[in-house]
Amino acid sequence: MAASMMVAGRRERLRAGALATLPVAISVMAYGSVLGVLAAQKGITWQLLLAMNLSIFAGSAQFVMVEMWHPPLPILEVTLAVLAINLRYLLIGASLQPIFAGDSLLKRLGFIHLVADENWAITMAAHRRGAATPEYLLGGGLCLVTAWSAGTLGGHLLGGLIARPEALALDFAFLAVFTALAVSLWRGARDLPAWAVTIVLAVLTEQILPGKWYIVIGGVGGALVATCQSPTVAEAAAEEKAPCC
Amino acid sequence: MLLNSLLVIGMAAAVTYLLRSGGLLLAEALPRRGRVKQFMDALPGTILVALVAPGVYQAGLPGQIAALATALCAWRSGNVLLAMVVGMAVVAGGRYLY
Repeated sequence: MAASMMVAGRRERLRAGALATLPVAISVMAYGSVLGVLAAQKGITWQLLLAMNLSIFAGSAQFVMVEMWHPPLPILEVTLAVLAINLRYLLIGASLQPIFAGDSLLKRLGFIHLVADENWAITMAAHRRGAATPEYLLGGGLCLVTAWSAGTLGGHLLGGLIARPEALALDFAFLAVFTALAVSLWRGARDLPAWAVTIVLAVLTEQILPGKWYIVIGGVGGALVATCQSPTVAEAAAEEKAPCC
Repeated sequence: MLLNSLLVIGMAAAVTYLLRSGGLLLAEALPRRGRVKQFMDALPGTILVALVAPGVYQAGLPGQIAALATALCAWRSGNVLLAMVVGMAVVAGGRYLY
């Protein structure tokens, strides 16, 4: 992406990312409050919960950890469960590579920590418009970690903010926002075979395997289908012009 | 107990961070051309579709109608927030009626 497109300053880019993430952050907060209640029932202190939020920062993995939280703590089992659930971050991290093009190793290693499904998806959609930067991604991450911590600690200290998020369709907020963002990543008819295979693989895997394997298997399987297609004229031309450096 | 708690959180955090940073750094080592490029370019879309597909499938008819409404709204308006609100309203309405 041309540097000239990033006219806005650092602060503006951080703010733009945070603002774009705000609507879904409300749902993140509501679900955080549910986790907070569960954690309090398990006797996990709010300090430990906050440490989890800041150091792990992965919603579904934290839900599973709290679920598995029985003394004596099964450290190996919990670690393996977190590995399986978060394996998708390997792909998510890899897909962020173009956004960090030209940035220092330190910046990559620092900014990559606050990447969750939500700010990643919003950033990839912005990338399609040429508006994504590492600061945009981090702004979204800061918005999410704030909402997540406010929600989990609120739930822990005060009880659930919203007893049944489903009644307000807050559970559907995630599906809705990811569906809307998927539309903006649609590259036209050539995506049809890959996306169709992804849907079949993800739905089938979700029935068979636990955790989040369906994201990894569906995402990789669909992207492999895309590699079987002949490159479009535009892609081939771009490749001619830009030899690998 | 506290030591074990910190240990289990530390292990989970280390694994998660290694996955995030490992993906980013490994992608750097991959050549950005040919089939690898095709794979990496298709990946954001397929991950996102894989993320929603089982949930929409399981959400039943109201959820599927809502997902369709969300997609159409996102397609026509290009406004993610509006599309999200429309989808949630359809689901909330559907659940209220059922």
